[in-house]
Amino acid sequence: MGNTKKKEAGFLSKIVRQQLFIPIAALLILAVFNLIADPSFFKITMGASSTGDPVLSGYLITILDYGSELAILAIGMTLVTAASGGQDISVGAAIAIAGSVILRVLCGTNSRPEELQTSVFVAFIAACLVAMLFGAFNGILVAHFKIQPMVATLILYTAGRSIAAWINNNELPIISEPTFGYYGGFIPGIPIPTPFFIAVICVVITALVLKFTNLGLYTQAVGINEKSSRLNGLNPVFIKFLSFVILGLCVAVVGLIKVSRFSTINYSVIAKDIEMDAILAVALGGNALSGGKFNMAASILGAYVIQFLTTTLYKFDVQSDALPAYKAVVVIILVVLSAPSVRAKLSQVGKKLHAKEVA
Amino acid sequence: MKKKILAAILVLTMVVGLTACGKKAATDTGAKDDSGSGLIKVGIINNDPNESGYRTANDKDLKAMFTKENGYDASFAYSLKNDEQITAAQKFIQDGVDYLLLSAADTAGWDSVLKDAQEQGVRVILFDRTIDADDSLYEASIVSDMDKEGAQAVEWLAKQELDEVNVIHLQGVMGTAAQKGRSGALDEKVAAEDNWNIVTQQTAEWNAEKAQQIVQSVIDKGDKFNVIYAENDDMAKGAVAALDKANISHGVGKDVIIIGFDCNKWALEELKAGNWNYDGQCNPFQASYIDEIIKKLEAGEKLSEKVVVMEEKGFDATEITDDDVNTYGI
Amino acid sequence: MSKKTILEMKNISKSFPGVRALQGVDFKLCEGEVHALMGENGAGKSTLIKVLTGVYAKDEGHIFVDGNDKEVSIHSPQDAQRVGISTVYQEITLCPNLSVAENMYIGRSEGAGTNWKKMNEDADKLLQSLDIPAKATQQLASCSIAVQQMVAIARAVDMDCKILILDEPTSSLDEQEVEKLFGLMRDLKARGVGIIFVTHFLDQVYEICDKITVLRDGKLVGEYEIKDLPRVKLVAKMLGKELDDMSDIKGEQKPYDGDDAGEVVLEAEGLYSDAGIKPFDFNIKKGEVNGFTGLLGSGRSECVRAIFGADRVLGGHVKKNGKTIKITKPLDAMKNGIAYLPEDRKNDGIIGDLSVRENIIIASQVLRGFFKPYSKAEANKFAEEYIKLLDIKTASADTPIKSLSGGNQQKVILARWLMTHPEYLILDEPTRGIDIGTKIDIQKLVLKLASEGMSVTFISSETDEMLRTCSRMVVMRDRKVVGELSGDDLTQNKIMSTIAGGDK
Repeated sequence: MGNTKKKEAGFLSKIVRQQLFIPIAALLILAVFNLIADPSFFKITMGASSTGDPVLSGYLITILDYGSELAILAIGMTLVTAASGGQDISVGAAIAIAGSVILRVLCGTNSRPEELQTSVFVAFIAACLVAMLFGAFNGILVAHFKIQPMVATLILYTAGRSIAAWINNNELPIISEPTFGYYGGFIPGIPIPTPFFIAVICVVITALVLKFTNLGLYTQAVGINEKSSRLNGLNPVFIKFLSFVILGLCVAVVGLIKVSRFSTINYSVIAKDIEMDAILAVALGGNALSGGKFNMAASILGAYVIQFLTTTLYKFDVQSDALPAYKAVVVIILVVLSAPSVRAKLSQVGKKLHAKEVA
Repeated sequence: MKKKILAAILVLTMVVGLTACGKKAATDTGAKDDSGSGLIKVGIINNDPNESGYRTANDKDLKAMFTKENGYDASFAYSLKNDEQITAAQKFIQDGVDYLLLSAADTAGWDSVLKDAQEQGVRVILFDRTIDADDSLYEASIVSDMDKEGAQAVEWLAKQELDEVNVIHLQGVMGTAAQKGRSGALDEKVAAEDNWNIVTQQTAEWNAEKAQQIVQSVIDKGDKFNVIYAENDDMAKGAVAALDKANISHGVGKDVIIIGFDCNKWALEELKAGNWNYDGQCNPFQASYIDEIIKKLEAGEKLSEKVVVMEEKGFDATEITDDDVNTYGI
Repeated sequence: MSKKTILEMKNISKSFPGVRALQGVDFKLCEGEVHALMGENGAGKSTLIKVLTGVYAKDEGHIFVDGNDKEVSIHSPQDAQRVGISTVYQEITLCPNLSVAENMYIGRSEGAGTNWKKMNEDADKLLQSLDIPAKATQQLASCSIAVQQMVAIARAVDMDCKILILDEPTSSLDEQEVEKLFGLMRDLKARGVGIIFVTHFLDQVYEICDKITVLRDGKLVGEYEIKDLPRVKLVAKMLGKELDDMSDIKGEQKPYDGDDAGEVVLEAEGLYSDAGIKPFDFNIKKGEVNGFTGLLGSGRSECVRAIFGADRVLGGHVKKNGKTIKITKPLDAMKNGIAYLPEDRKNDGIIGDLSVRENIIIASQVLRGFFKPYSKAEANKFAEEYIKLLDIKTASADTPIKSLSGGNQQKVILARWLMTHPEYLILDEPTRGIDIGTKIDIQKLVLKLASEGMSVTFISSETDEMLRTCSRMVVMRDRKVVGELSGDDLTQNKIMSTIAGGDK
């Protein structure tokens, strides 16, 4: 009897030790809370949009929609965090730049084009290049000049939105072409928001890259022990640099979704504070913000959990300018829980409980 | 050491590059002293034109007015920070401008520098924003009346004679003059009328995305509403995006009335297309008012009023013309 | 010898979990005396000093200051300061962005606010009297390292210190700067200050010190007058070998005789790096085991790091099988079949949070390329193979390496490099801090690898280990190669006398 119980407890502690446990537990807590407070939270209805196309709606769909942007960013942010042991706080500003580039390429010099100057694909590629360039700028500061990531990216954080405005000469281009709205909305006939599909594509690509290259191993090795990685033939400077460039790519994708949502841009508020959510997603995924080992799946799940939290707060009419305060509480809980001293205490308590049970 | 220097250079280039491209006008401040040429020398201190479409239009309007052709020698300085603005003002005073045109970032802290201006014989005209200083320190103040803007919109809404008015109220950044003015009128009316209800009142912080999420949340919840009162055009746009997704019709003769502010050109186009119902103006075109005042002062005339409230319109979708869109759209 | 004793430590013991760092150590310091504290790594020097300065609490023993009557209890560095003990550490612990005077008086302005003028005047006076070339108002960072070191000493002196501890103050100074520092020390000595001088540089000991206390393995070896202890004897005492204590090692079979005409696998000429070693020549033949020896800090690790490209190489040539190769980074060395097990296992060797498996495969993986990761099955196969081969004790290949014991971590690193099938394997202190069984395993493995044709460089602080494994030894002193021994010269005696150098 005692033996089986021991096994159970062992199993339980094994689960608890799994990294995915943290975001899953957070998700469950939120879900249960909503279930008790108002089960209609989980209602999904099939409706039609104003253009007559079928769309699913409901809180869960909203979460899927906006969470996907965060999930894409979380991919890049996880790599940056793992490799450099710091975070990029300029992603919001970089999204503004990427979005501005897309509109600029699509519209040319005319801010109200009757038709698009080029295909969206070309504009997107241009945005990718520009965003990766800015990622490279951050990467050089961090990897080569060894500036603290938060400090290094503070430059772009401050300047990015002005650059974005400058790209379009302070004009606010508007795209009337309806197909441009598909990326941030719905593709006619498909009732699930497009950002979700984009996120799925990004996740699949990431999974493939992690499987068929050594990106994961190298990034973690550099993040854990830079000196030792170098002595094993790795180039820590390049790996860190690379992580910022990859984040730049993620930024460009999110930039496309963001400008597609309204077919226009507002430089000062687009993707505002999104960096905090992206960093929070990484943390909620149980990844150490000081770098090293990472779990990509946990980060991505973390992103959706953050959006779950945001949407829940909206549902309960929490003032939207108070949202950061609630998120701050989550951060505090996470940070406290991941502090080594608290962990040691918790595992002690766990052992005691376990011992009692066995006895 | 080498690395540090290189890093510093890299950062510097970036910063210099930025100031050079982002705020081109900021480098115009060193205009030469050509007071002998008969031009009126003005120093204009404004907020960053990137701040909003309103500010962009405002800056453009000023730039178009204060040119050599119109008899002005103008220098511009931009900042969203009060202390930087004050520094710029001091510089203009030293440069010996004739007029200092000021849209202050913050209401406080201007007394001493304006006194300096007075002693140096520099005349001060405030535009767009007021300050907490004795009104003897400036010649005139050209402002929008935000309370009136709100009141006009609410009055228009009342005239629609709906059986029930269920409003989603999307507020701007809390505490700003525009938010207070535009919220105030609606709050009063809702308190006064039995058939006016607020479905939700949330700040979307001038942000379309936040507005979309807030309206989305109300739709998901299933609450009934027939008016969206958004305190700027961006938020109205966000709200409309959420409505479109849920196939809730909006605009002239439809289920939901859309009210926006600021009269962005694209917003007026929406109005013209009947997708929105009302847009309240927040007039950024102050240059002609200022020009008029300067002309009067130069001619030695007295100003009849110190505070000039600009005329501001509200546009109804059913009445708006193409001319209006082109004239008033910013 | 009528000098007054100003410090006496009696029967000091201190244990850490698993280690007895100090066992009944006595130490005595007289006024106006420069007293060297000598010993190899782990001898207990730094523990003794930390007990004296209150960083560690002693387990047993007594400390008397200022004559034998006054036992003092020192629980914190502040306590130590109060009884007149000051310490100047190897790394400057001052604030570089404050002025010299501020650094001298920071944290001890008594009572009311600081009188800047007076402070600067006092500082200048003191600096002048000690002949330190610095101004009170100068920013500390603008002074040379030596002057900063002196300012730290001036600060200590001004705090009425009677006992000054200098913990490796000279390791980052050049010769002239050392001379200046010695001038200051002589000055202080004349004022009656007792100085405890910790250093690895033998020449310096013989230049400035009056007495030497030698520690080894946490025990006191003895206290000697400088004139009674020639260099060779000092080295012998530090290494724990009596001069004639080597007969039993002689005659032991050598795996390979270095004089045999094997092909030279790798040779270096005039190689030096930014780690401060003098240019050196070096070669190794196929199937040979050779070694670098010298006291700690003599530059033996820096030499092999230069060969591997771990430090920035500033000059010299490296040839492999007669062809010139360029090694600017570790990857270049790895591609040329060189493997390097670093001295500092924790900081340079293991990648702590990664699993044993990942730690084993990483070097081979890097060589294989970014786009060719080992499949999970392959990685597991290799990991299991080496875990078995080297008898690595780990719960599984998935266990993070940081939870393994030191010896097993070392075996994992060894496995990592063996998996790359190097032609030339460099082992820098592979046996430090690991249990005796593993030590012997590693030595045996080295001999086996060499017999299979691998060239190995083996570095160890334990000379007998090297005598057992190496057929040729490069001897270093003060970052310079001072000799090369092989064949009959390869004896404990000869090694020690070469290390000691100078006047026998």
